[in-house]
Amino acid sequence: MTAAYRETVRVAQAPSWKKTVRSWVPKRWYAHLILIVACFMSGIPLFYALLVSTQTNAEVFRYQFSAGSGLEANWNVVFHERHLHTYMINSVIMTAGITFFKTIFSLLSGLAFVYFRFPGKWLVFGFVLITLMMPTEVLIIALFRFINDLDWQNTFYALIVPFTASATGTFLFRQHFASIPAEMSEAAQLDGANPLQFLFRVLVPMSWNTIGALAVVQTIYAWNMYLWPNMIISNPDMQTIQTGIGTLRLGGGALRFGPLMLGTVIVSLPPVIVFILLQKQFMSGFTLTRDK
Amino acid sequence: MVVSPVVLMIMGAVVGAAALAFVFRRAGGRPLIGLGIGAIAGAFGSALFMVPLDYCTFEAERQSLDRVFGMIFVLAGIALVVTPVSWLSGKLLRRESLMADDQTQGTFRHWWIALPLLAPTLTILVLFLYYPSLETLRLSTMLSRLGARREVFVCVDNFTRLVNDPAYVDTFVRTMFISFSIVVLSMSLSLLIASMAYLPLRGASIYRILLVWPYAMSPAVAGIIFLLMFNPSGGLVNHLFGKWFGIKLGWLNDPAVAPWTIILASVWKSMGFNILFYIAGLQNVPKDLIEAGAIDGAGLLRRFWHIVWPMLSPITFFLIVTNLTYAFFETYATIDYLTPGGGPLQSTTTMMYRVIQLGVQNNDMGKAAAQSIVLFLTVIGMTIVLFRTGGRQVNYGV
Repeated sequence: MTAAYRETVRVAQAPSWKKTVRSWVPKRWYAHLILIVACFMSGIPLFYALLVSTQTNAEVFRYQFSAGSGLEANWNVVFHERHLHTYMINSVIMTAGITFFKTIFSLLSGLAFVYFRFPGKWLVFGFVLITLMMPTEVLIIALFRFINDLDWQNTFYALIVPFTASATGTFLFRQHFASIPAEMSEAAQLDGANPLQFLFRVLVPMSWNTIGALAVVQTIYAWNMYLWPNMIISNPDMQTIQTGIGTLRLGGGALRFGPLMLGTVIVSLPPVIVFILLQKQFMSGFTLTRDK
Repeated sequence: MVVSPVVLMIMGAVVGAAALAFVFRRAGGRPLIGLGIGAIAGAFGSALFMVPLDYCTFEAERQSLDRVFGMIFVLAGIALVVTPVSWLSGKLLRRESLMADDQTQGTFRHWWIALPLLAPTLTILVLFLYYPSLETLRLSTMLSRLGARREVFVCVDNFTRLVNDPAYVDTFVRTMFISFSIVVLSMSLSLLIASMAYLPLRGASIYRILLVWPYAMSPAVAGIIFLLMFNPSGGLVNHLFGKWFGIKLGWLNDPAVAPWTIILASVWKSMGFNILFYIAGLQNVPKDLIEAGAIDGAGLLRRFWHIVWPMLSPITFFLIVTNLTYAFFETYATIDYLTPGGGPLQSTTTMMYRVIQLGVQNNDMGKAAAQSIVLFLTVIGMTIVLFRTGGRQVNYGV
């Protein structure tokens, strides 16, 4: 081996050695730094809540940064002393009811607006669409009174029925159906399908993406509802989770953080999992569907 | 009667006639017909709110503030009738279809089948949205309680009292402050983080999940978790602050600090949503545009300001509207868990919170309904201002 060759090898190797060191430091380290700090800031509250959910009150006030010894006791408080499972069942019924009926009713009205011509259609459509500008929150006092008049307090009717119509759902399905070629319905009519058969045999199988988008948004919205259940439900057995979880707070006259956090974590898991798994559907749904 | 109904009707008729004559002239119709339709619409509009109110604001013993409110109601009524009529007649005159992209092919025969299909949605909307809306209007002129069913007509007193009530003016200003702080902080931080997270970095998808999940937490849960961290006696934050800096703040019981705790909790919860949409928006900005800018020698900030920011404007606009709705309405749950009762010296009582306090706890439906209407007008007013100022400059090219 000549000296010149050795020299060539040395020169050739030097940059590659540098390269391996470089690749240890991520490209655009500042971006990683900011992102890590951001993830940390958004994660810390939940992480701490997770820790506290396993701790006894004494451990909470020692600010212990590790899992504690109170998980079993907290679990007992959450599910035996208090009844988080009852609240969860109530919330599941409410969420399923709202999502199911909203989807069905929106599908039906979407069908009516695209595949029928009737006098005054634009007026009816405007009548539906303008409700987008009427947030439930600003008429909640009158709604509260109306539901009291119907004697629906403490029932699932009060939790589900007022939220089953949806301007955005109608709008969403109208847009989607209008994008489907007219030949589809012509062919279906030639085959003698009635409108409902056409809807459930042809349109629905072509609309799962849109249905999924609406369902994801609605599920998270209904699961997280607080103000309305808080107003209309006074019976402890009819509470939904977002209001019922508050009952975990007090025990023996003092704040008990362990059970409260255990409940909080359990209650938050379903929407977070749904959201992470169905992010794409969620986004396409939300661009058209605000909280109605 | 200081101002007679006839004078108001004539006023409405003049305004309506002028508006419609103008519309008809521009759309190529006969101005005289427009004049006639406009006069009828305007006269009707002036009576829209005033007949249910029985022109009570213009009675002799009423004060000038009542008359101002009466005039506002008259003008609002005129606008509410004349605007749709002129929009409609403009469309009809230009022979434009009233419903764009209306399908003509492939429709089913028997149009009446549409009625049962629409029935569920329409029934629910009428019963649980339209009826409560009208009922809110009616209640706002009443002294009304839920239990003992008595109602007394109080004209516009529920509104005029608000103007003279310094506590309500405080609530209004505070709501604006809290809402704007949430929207501005949450959206600017989200844009900063999203412009890092959209880069094709190693582990980008993990970062994205770790950043956006708080959206799925409920506003109530945000309140509970922040209660754990920020409660002044045993909270983690005060413990650490005391250890490191020797200060302890009354996060929940100091009127100057408590609104910031609400803002912090809401920003924490709402950032995930904003980051999600800003990442999607940034991914849609064409790379060659940015490269072209870089080649032309535009620095980082100029590239952002002249290329990226305008391309993001539709998303920014959408996010402002959704975030404002969140800040005005949904923060109720966060406030209720963090500072039950509306905080020390009512320092975290927003307009929404006040409505519920009045209507449900104090059982004063009339006042609560009136404040709901003020809240509604505030939100709608801000949305309209946004559409007018920002909406026109929005770049829809993305």
